[in-house]
Amino acid sequence: MEKQTNNNLDTKSPNTWCPGCGNFGILTAFKQAVDEIIKNGFDKEKIVVVGDIGCNSKIADYLNLNSIVGLHGRSIATAEGVKLANSGLKVFVFIGDGAGLDEGVSHLVHAAKRNSNIKVILHNNRLFALTTGQFTAVSPKGLKSVSTPFGSIEEPINPLKLMLSSDAGFIARGYSAKLEQLKNLILAADKHKGFAFIEVLQPCVSFFNNIEFYNERVYEAENKNRTEAEALELINQWDYADAEKIPLGIIFQKQRPVFEEDILKLIVK
Amino acid sequence: MKKEYSVIIGGAAGQGSRKAGLIIAKLFNKLGYGIYIYEDYQSLIRGGHNFSQVTAAEGGSVNKKEKIDFLLALDKKTIERHKDKLKKGGVIFFNSDRIQEQGIGIAADKIVKELNGLPIMANIALIAGLAKGIGITWDVLEKILKEELGKEIEKNLSVAKKAYTEVLPPAGGTKIEKTKYAPGILMTGNEAIALGLKTAGLDIYFAYPMTPASSILHYLAARQKELGVLAVQSENEIAVASEAIGAAYAGKRSAVGTSGGGFALMTETVSLAAQAEIPFMAINSQRMGPATGVPTYGAQSDLLFTLNPGHGDFEKFIAAPSNAEESFYWSGKLLNLAWKYQTPAILLTDKDVSEGTFSIDKDIFKSVKKEKELIWSGKGEYQRYKITQSGLSPLAYPGTKNAVVKANSYEHIEAGISEEVDKQAIEAMQNKRLAKFALMQKEADAIGAVKIFGNKKSKTVVVAWGSTAVAAREAAEKLGIKMVQPILISPFPLKQMKKALNGASKIICAETNSTGQMATVLAGHGFKVDKKILKYDAQLFSTEELARLIKN
Repeated sequence: MEKQTNNNLDTKSPNTWCPGCGNFGILTAFKQAVDEIIKNGFDKEKIVVVGDIGCNSKIADYLNLNSIVGLHGRSIATAEGVKLANSGLKVFVFIGDGAGLDEGVSHLVHAAKRNSNIKVILHNNRLFALTTGQFTAVSPKGLKSVSTPFGSIEEPINPLKLMLSSDAGFIARGYSAKLEQLKNLILAADKHKGFAFIEVLQPCVSFFNNIEFYNERVYEAENKNRTEAEALELINQWDYADAEKIPLGIIFQKQRPVFEEDILKLIVK
Repeated sequence: MKKEYSVIIGGAAGQGSRKAGLIIAKLFNKLGYGIYIYEDYQSLIRGGHNFSQVTAAEGGSVNKKEKIDFLLALDKKTIERHKDKLKKGGVIFFNSDRIQEQGIGIAADKIVKELNGLPIMANIALIAGLAKGIGITWDVLEKILKEELGKEIEKNLSVAKKAYTEVLPPAGGTKIEKTKYAPGILMTGNEAIALGLKTAGLDIYFAYPMTPASSILHYLAARQKELGVLAVQSENEIAVASEAIGAAYAGKRSAVGTSGGGFALMTETVSLAAQAEIPFMAINSQRMGPATGVPTYGAQSDLLFTLNPGHGDFEKFIAAPSNAEESFYWSGKLLNLAWKYQTPAILLTDKDVSEGTFSIDKDIFKSVKKEKELIWSGKGEYQRYKITQSGLSPLAYPGTKNAVVKANSYEHIEAGISEEVDKQAIEAMQNKRLAKFALMQKEADAIGAVKIFGNKKSKTVVVAWGSTAVAAREAAEKLGIKMVQPILISPFPLKQMKKALNGASKIICAETNSTGQMATVLAGHGFKVDKKILKYDAQLFSTEELARLIKN
């Protein structure tokens, strides 16, 4: 399932994801993107992976790259500290929907608002998988889980809408089964100057297997500049319940002043 | 007997009593008196009752006193609140346009109006009246005013000059004489913390505002270019602590500052720092709790909390300074220790040290320098958690050639990859950290963690820490007993404390909390406290009060 890369990106750590887990696709796409980044002349030593807590964040163990795995929900704030300390590093955050949209949602909103130059890859399996399947902020209403045996009564949050209203400068959606596109989204996020958010739809084969649901609905949205209103219209095609189609690709992009660049000017003599 | 004076200046919030207190302190400092300013204010922006109490004494450190020599009243409430503190022969200086009282009236509002000044300049008229009344020359007053009042200096000086001319010193009144000591530098505990951190190599300070720690952020934010230290405010204390960890991982010296409530939110990060062995420096400036408590008043009720932040089994450095000099020294020392041992370090201070102003000897600035952390040699394969005899694994930062730096909050193998299965590996990694904790204990035993004052032969010993230590030193000297001040509290300096308390027949422990938290800590290390003196009315001990309580 994993494609071997030639930049020695693998570790000896045994992989503990379930067979068929969407995380494999994300790992592979990321390694391909890193290969390309290195091929283009960037030092491997200057890449930092920031992991959260959850199945997603085990990715740090599987990558022979600098990494820091901190606490649940805090990876985005940790990554901002890394970037501020050394703005020459490329900083990629791997976080789940539980960490990014429940436990640590304030950090996601503020990192987008201040336009910290970090790249957030949110593995969205739409429940807490590592703790055996409780509902999260993006679970569909009515989801029967171990903590909601009669069905969740809450409406899901739409993370892309949240990012748009937080003034994120790069908002994209990928799918763990579409590797080439996901790799290209990661590379585009890397090229974007400033905060970038990629939501990756990631089926959880053990607790919420919606592969067929996604396969029937996802499509690649046209790659073009959009106004906020147009982006919102695109986002509204799917509100995390049922829908006819689910757009993938770069949903919105705009350039804003970068936090680290502006704040570092304050100490330049 | 050493000369000592105490002055209160008070008014409503917005009347400038705090600035006035600082100017009065500078007048005394200029004449060679040691200074402490106690600041009293509430959590509001206008109204209420604010006052500064300046205590000036010949030679060094000084504590707040119960009785005062001079009272400066910007409003009537100041007189109602503080008149009973005046010593026999004490003098009230008051704004005679607002208040009728016995003493020295200064037509402050009238003077300000005549000279087209701003209403707040009434405080300058009162200061000038005090200066004249206690025999401070115009030259000294003018110099200090020029140093302190950048804005509208000419107008302020004309107000001061008129009040100075109009006031007649009371017959046979006190005249403040110059002492043999050189003037010190006036600095709050928080300013000293900021400079101590900077001197030990601080690169980035992260904070979310919370009294009484906020002025560290303000001080650094205003001087970012000058000091080369970034000052960053973020969305909450959890973010702040996480950012500090990220920055430390990436090779910059970082620190955070807050009070008890904010520190509560940071405790998960203290635990992370211990497990991932990432240096983490926090300032916890106590105020009266629990919860929101009495937010602008002091207490020493977070000792047990600060000794036990975060889940899991780990060691950390904690020190509690009692004045600005100790704040400077220990903030720098702890930052260095956090990096030396890749561990959490916490400066536990409190409101009356943080926001109090002290005169310090400038030689203290030479006591701190940046001490380099243990860095990877570049040889062989880098392993973030390499098992070594000392328990210390050399640091490398991302961007280092041929190093893959993997830090992890999970238990991990030497390379930093998570480990949950191999029980030997799990135990080995904790053994590595235990070796490091043993080194930290050695460090605690070797540095001056415990100070002794007063009559060193006395078998009666008063133990006090933090802001209470200054009152206890003075009380012990007055009573001819011994005073012991633990400064480094974790790892507990057991050997030094044993030596300090050797032969004691009566151990008294004084602190501003209601349960005796230091007494509990001492008991945990085998020292039985015979008498606890506890104060929990949100006030600092005055020296007289503490001396009485020790004697009774």
